[in-house]
This record gives sequence, C-alpha cells and structure tokens, in this order.
Amino acid sequence: MSRYQEKSVHRQLLFEKAGFSILTVLTILTVLPIIAVVIYVIVLGSSAISWDFIFEMPMDGMRAGGIWPAIVGTFYLTLGTAIFSVPLGVAAAIYLSEYAADNQVTRTIRLAIINLAGIPSVVYGLFGLGLFVIFLNFGTSILSASLTLSIMTLPVIISTTEEALSAVPQSFRVVSVSLGATKWQTIRRMVLPQALPGILTGIVLGLERAAGETAPILFTGAAFFLPRLPNSPLDATMALPYHLFVISTQVPGMPIQIQYGTVMVLLFFVLIMNLIVTVIRSRARARRQW
Amino acid sequence: MDKIVVENLSLKYSDGTESLFNINMNIKANLITALIGPAGGGKSTFLRMMNRLNDLADVKEVTGKVLIDGENVLDPDIDVIALRRKVGIVFSRPLPLPLTIYQNLTYGLELAGEKRRSVLDEAVERSLKLAELWDEVSDRLKDPASALSGGQKQRLCLARSLVLEPEIILLDEPTSALDPVATAKIENSLVELKKQYTILIAPHNTQQAGRIADDVAFFLQGKLIEFGPTEIIYTRPTDQRTQDYITGKFG
Repeated sequence: MSRYQEKSVHRQLLFEKAGFSILTVLTILTVLPIIAVVIYVIVLGSSAISWDFIFEMPMDGMRAGGIWPAIVGTFYLTLGTAIFSVPLGVAAAIYLSEYAADNQVTRTIRLAIINLAGIPSVVYGLFGLGLFVIFLNFGTSILSASLTLSIMTLPVIISTTEEALSAVPQSFRVVSVSLGATKWQTIRRMVLPQALPGILTGIVLGLERAAGETAPILFTGAAFFLPRLPNSPLDATMALPYHLFVISTQVPGMPIQIQYGTVMVLLFFVLIMNLIVTVIRSRARARRQW
Repeated sequence: MDKIVVENLSLKYSDGTESLFNINMNIKANLITALIGPAGGGKSTFLRMMNRLNDLADVKEVTGKVLIDGENVLDPDIDVIALRRKVGIVFSRPLPLPLTIYQNLTYGLELAGEKRRSVLDEAVERSLKLAELWDEVSDRLKDPASALSGGQKQRLCLARSLVLEPEIILLDEPTSALDPVATAKIENSLVELKKQYTILIAPHNTQQAGRIADDVAFFLQGKLIEFGPTEIIYTRPTDQRTQDYITGKFG
C-alpha cells in the first residue's frame, strides 16, 4: 500500500463528517425561527379564527367582529400590483436580457434596478403620495396604493426574470434562429417557456412583499377604518398589514387573539399565493427538459 | 455547377479572435466540401457566414461577398429567414431543443406557417428516414428528445435541418461528441444526402474529410491556404503547410 493512501483518508473523512454536521446545524438554526414564529402565531391567534372573524365587518372599534374588509383590501391591492408590475416587469426584463446591447448604459440601468430593490419601503410611500395621490390626483385610493406597490415590486420582478431568462442556454436561441425563427419567435416559443418557473418565482416573491407592506400604502391608499367594502379603484381600503399596525398600536383594550388572528390570516394569504405558484411552477418544470 | 461563390470575404470579431482574411472559394453543388485546419482557423466562422448565423455574434466588420445561387447573402436587405431555411446547419454538440422528438422536427415548419397535420407527419417521417433515424424512433416520436442517445440526438439534429428542405447543409464538426459507430452512421447519411444537397462540413479530423469529402479546403489562421479535390490535396498538395497538416506534423 502506498504511503499516500492510509494517511489522509481518515482525516478527510473526519473533516467531511464535521463539515456536514455544521451545515446541518446551521440549516436547522435558519429554519427554527420561522417555525417558531408560525407556531407562536397559531397558538395565540387560532382561537380568534372563525367564520365570522373572516367574513364579518369589524365592530366595537375593531375590538370585535371580523376583518373581511382588510382581507378584501389586501386582495385588491395585490391584484392591482400584479396588474401593473407583472407585464411591465417581465417586459423590461425581456428587453434588458434579450434586446439591449451589453454596454455601459445597460449596465447602469441594471445596477440602478438592483439598487431600487434596496430602497426602504417608506420612501416609496412618500414618492407615491407625491406622484399618484397629489400630482396625478388619484387621491388616497387602491389605484394609488397599487401603483406605489408596483414601483416597489418592479425591481424584484425585473431582476429575477432577467436571471431566469439568462439561465436559458444560449444554444437554444442559436438553434431556434438557425431554423428560421425571428428573434421574437425565439423568445416567445423557446426562451419564455423555459424561463417560466424562474419568472413565476420572481413574481410571487415581489407580490408577497407587496401584500405584507405597510409603509407604501400608509399615505397612498390605506384606511384606518372603513365600514364597507371598497367599490371602485378610487376608493381607499383597509388592508391586513395596516390593519394590524392600527389594532396593535392605536386601539386601546384590543384583545390579543384578534391581533394574532389577523397575522394568521395574512400568513395564510401569502401561503395560498405560494401554493398556487408552486403548483403552476412544478407543472412548467415537468415540461422542461434540458 | 457552383452553388456558392465566395469573393474576397473578410471578417473581424470585436474581440479580435478567429478572423477571416480575403477568402475566395467556389463551392460546387451536390458535393461534400470539407473545411479542414487547426482549431481557431476560421472554419466555424466561415460556415456561419453562409446562413448569417454570425448576425448573433459580436462581429465588427465584414467585407466581400457570399453568393448563393448568384444572390449576395451578406446584403443586409435579403430575407435572412428564408436564407436560413435554405441553408441548414448542424452544430458540433448534439443540441436538441427541449421538446419532444416530433416537436423538434416540426419547430421550423410551424414557424414557416405549416399547420396541416398530414404535411407535418410526412415531413417528420421523410427527414428521419434521410437521417437514418426513423427505424429507431418511429414508435416514440412523443418522447422528449433528451431521452435519445448522443448519436441519435445528432441524427435528430441532422433530420431537423433537413425537414425544411434546404439546399445546402452546413455541418460544424458534427461527430466530435460521438463514438465511432455513431460517427459512421452520420457519415453514411451524408454520402447519401449529397445527391440532393450541397454539403459543407468542418470535419472532426482529417481522416473524416478523406473518407467523405469530394473537395477539401485548408484553413489556417483565417486564411484559405489551399482548395481542391480531396485526392489532390491529400496526395500532392502544393503548399508545404497543407502537407504538414495532413501528414500530422502539426494540428
């Protein structure tokens, strides 16, 4: 047996085991807080959950009754954000990834988009107040809030979509073009279907953030209390995150299970979005072969 | 008859690699013309000029003419889509699209507006037979192309370029990723195909060119050193560098 064999194998195996254990522990440490939060919320909030809590109007200064208008409001805001930000974001990403020349201007735009994702959400809120509420005179409304949330969501959608597009092998594009496809045909028939799972991930990440944000809608569309459902995009609306802020800080004598019940509903709202996208994504993945 | 006439063709990439210098060449119809020479000598670039695939690359400057049936395909005003349907290409790595076997073949036809199921079915069968793949896949056309073996994938790619009924087929080292058996199958197909098509191939090695090519062009560092019938180039080359390359003194 050569002198190189025996010596190192033992130590390497030891390192391997130690490294594996450390990674396992670290993974558990990352997941634990999330599980803890969810359990905490369920323990404190589940007693509030009932048919009436979800589908009734708030009563008694929001200390009783349900949170239906906030649920509906968050649904409208998320939908509105999706309507504006998804087409615009995906189109911008397609342009940046497939059409724009790789020069200084493009790189600067890309950098700006990445930086936009790091801007504190309250800044978007103030920007939305200035542009949509006051200057464009949309008022404090679902429209203004959705547009503000869209601007906040766009960088996330653009950068993840661009990443998904550039992950599609260049060779598919060359083959497609060599078979007589135009650039757009290549993008629509070859690139987009392959990138779809990644694009969906980006969209849902962006929209989840929008659904849970308080600051951007604070000045642009959120109502403290509205005894009815909004009936036009120009109405203000209640929304789950803002409602939570209100009942946690502004209303004395608020029963704690209502606060945590609201959190639970918000969590489930996001969870359902996630589930829907996961199903679509896994279907798209099943079709993808490379 | 000259199918392709190349006049004073020069090309520079933006990063300065693999240029072409003043290439003049007449390529005859219904023959296999092989482009041989060391890597980086401009063979791929030359091939991709024929169907303007270099439009996708970062090309700085092109001068000269490439006349196919008398039409200069480097003219910016020509219908480049029609050109690519007329001049098919097979790449060095088997690159099936992430679709089924059937869809790989109909992709180009559907882009060309063909929707009739019977026409598509017939074209699929015809091209697979030409590429000698029909017997192996006829019962599983709906399977993903990725499930095929390397050699089958490459024959699928050959069939895919044939399905559009081109007149010229470009092959850029089509057998470099294949084993000898798969290579032999492709070579047999090509010899059969030249009856109907004009074939331009950058072969995997000089032996392959010797086996199948009618004419051989020797490219070295972007220049066409020598061009002529295979038996002359292989037995009595006029240029010393051609001789050295063919006898394996450098590669």
